[in-house]
Amino acid sequence: MQYLLALYSQEDGWKALTKEQQEQGVAAYTAYGEALRKAGVYVGSNRLQPVATATTVRLVDGKSQVLDGPYIDSKEQLAGYYLIDVPDLDTALAWAARCPGASHGIIEVRPIWAY
Amino acid sequence: MTKTSIDVVINHEAHRTADMVARRSYGKLIAFLAARTRNVAAAEDALSEAFASALADWPRNGCPNNPEAWLLTAARRRLIDAARRRNTSDGAVPQLQLLSEELEVASAQTEIPDRRLALMFACAHPAIDAELRAPLMLQVVVGLDAKTIASAFLVSPAAMSKRLVRAKTKIHEAGIPFRIPEPEELAPRLDAVLDSIYAAFAEGWTDPGGTDIARRDLTEEAFFLARLVVELLPAEPEPFGLLALMLYAEARRNARRNASGAYIPLTGQDTTQWNAGMIYEAEVILHHARTLSIIGRYQIEAAIQSAHIARHRSGHNNWPDIVTLYDALAAISNSPVVAINRALAIAEIEGPRAGLDAMPRLTNDTRLNQYQPFWAARAELLSRIGACNKAREAYDMAIGLERDPAVRSFLQQRLAALT
Repeated sequence: MQYLLALYSQEDGWKALTKEQQEQGVAAYTAYGEALRKAGVYVGSNRLQPVATATTVRLVDGKSQVLDGPYIDSKEQLAGYYLIDVPDLDTALAWAARCPGASHGIIEVRPIWAY
Repeated sequence: MTKTSIDVVINHEAHRTADMVARRSYGKLIAFLAARTRNVAAAEDALSEAFASALADWPRNGCPNNPEAWLLTAARRRLIDAARRRNTSDGAVPQLQLLSEELEVASAQTEIPDRRLALMFACAHPAIDAELRAPLMLQVVVGLDAKTIASAFLVSPAAMSKRLVRAKTKIHEAGIPFRIPEPEELAPRLDAVLDSIYAAFAEGWTDPGGTDIARRDLTEEAFFLARLVVELLPAEPEPFGLLALMLYAEARRNARRNASGAYIPLTGQDTTQWNAGMIYEAEVILHHARTLSIIGRYQIEAAIQSAHIARHRSGHNNWPDIVTLYDALAAISNSPVVAINRALAIAEIEGPRAGLDAMPRLTNDTRLNQYQPFWAARAELLSRIGACNKAREAYDMAIGLERDPAVRSFLQQRLAALT
């Protein structure tokens, strides 16, 4: 089954880190991605630009309404994702717990809709 | 015998066999049917259709030698048919293949592997809402209907069914596996399984007269599940502790009420009414749990029950031992319920004032403020130091919070005796 690990975190937290700490953080994510690949469960991943770049769109009375900002305005924002392919939820949760994001944010684990 | 009366006998035999299999193996069959696909709801539908065809087929052709294998094969065919009907896209092919292969394997073997415990751990998975774990286990492992479960957990049947359906959908669609957790992750999940069993037992035990069939069934099923866990995980001490705890409580069931149904507290119970066989079994089990060298919540609680029983039988004052056991329990559980019981034990040794000092403080925690035993314990200790007005207020709270009429009237008598 494929699962999306959606990484939510506080952007301010990242900005507050020293350069050295940020480098360590990047190294941790790189190592994590490498581990996913070597385990043969990696499908894809991306880091998202800060939430200040987000724009939301919806149709109101047939017209598209475009608004500046994210869908939900909260401290934790969607910062990136990993898409993995593993046998079951327990395996997905185990990978989510190893993700560096789990130590400074929240990771939502969702199965991909199966046809 | 006429043809009709023979039919009736055969029919009766078929029903009896089906009923027996349903009671003995429902959870085992569901667990086996849903093990690969994790689709509990589909397995339940398929099994109930298999039971229906059994009741049509067995009276005509006789009961099969292995009714469980018969039902399993019939249910598997239905699962395959249902998968075919529902989904003809490419994604269904591997699933159909898997089911067909398993059907052949299942028909060939007579022994059905017992995957009940794996199913219980799936129901106790941390991804399932904690409050739903016990009800879900009772439905899919024991086969109780949503209505019975709803009444035991004091929830409306409609709400309970909806939530159970949602939980089963989550098991299937989120991919919660049917497996016994690895040793390092066993503890929290085993705790959830044991907590679910104990919750079911406690719900059944609150039935005032022991006459409510649904609740009576709940205690029986809780015993069945506890014994199953003990049997399947014999190296784990806590399931033994839980089983002992439940036996100590069950042994005193008849002594909890007098002939007219009035509540009798432990101190007033007639010990000859206790079930000596159950108490003996509990003692043996608890002793065995201790040899496994890991102490836990249920073993300590069972040891406390054992100490209460020993005191009542022998008259020997063992309150200091009980306080020590509560200290040990408080060290691992930090629950206000433990603190309340510990305070009552302290009051027996050092007097009611010391007991009141040891009581948990009233806080903003509404769970404590709405917990009947907290107010009843406070009221009791306040009345012993002669603080009648405060005791009266506490009794009023306890009476207002109690749902069992017999206990309520017991508290009302205590209140009336104050003045």
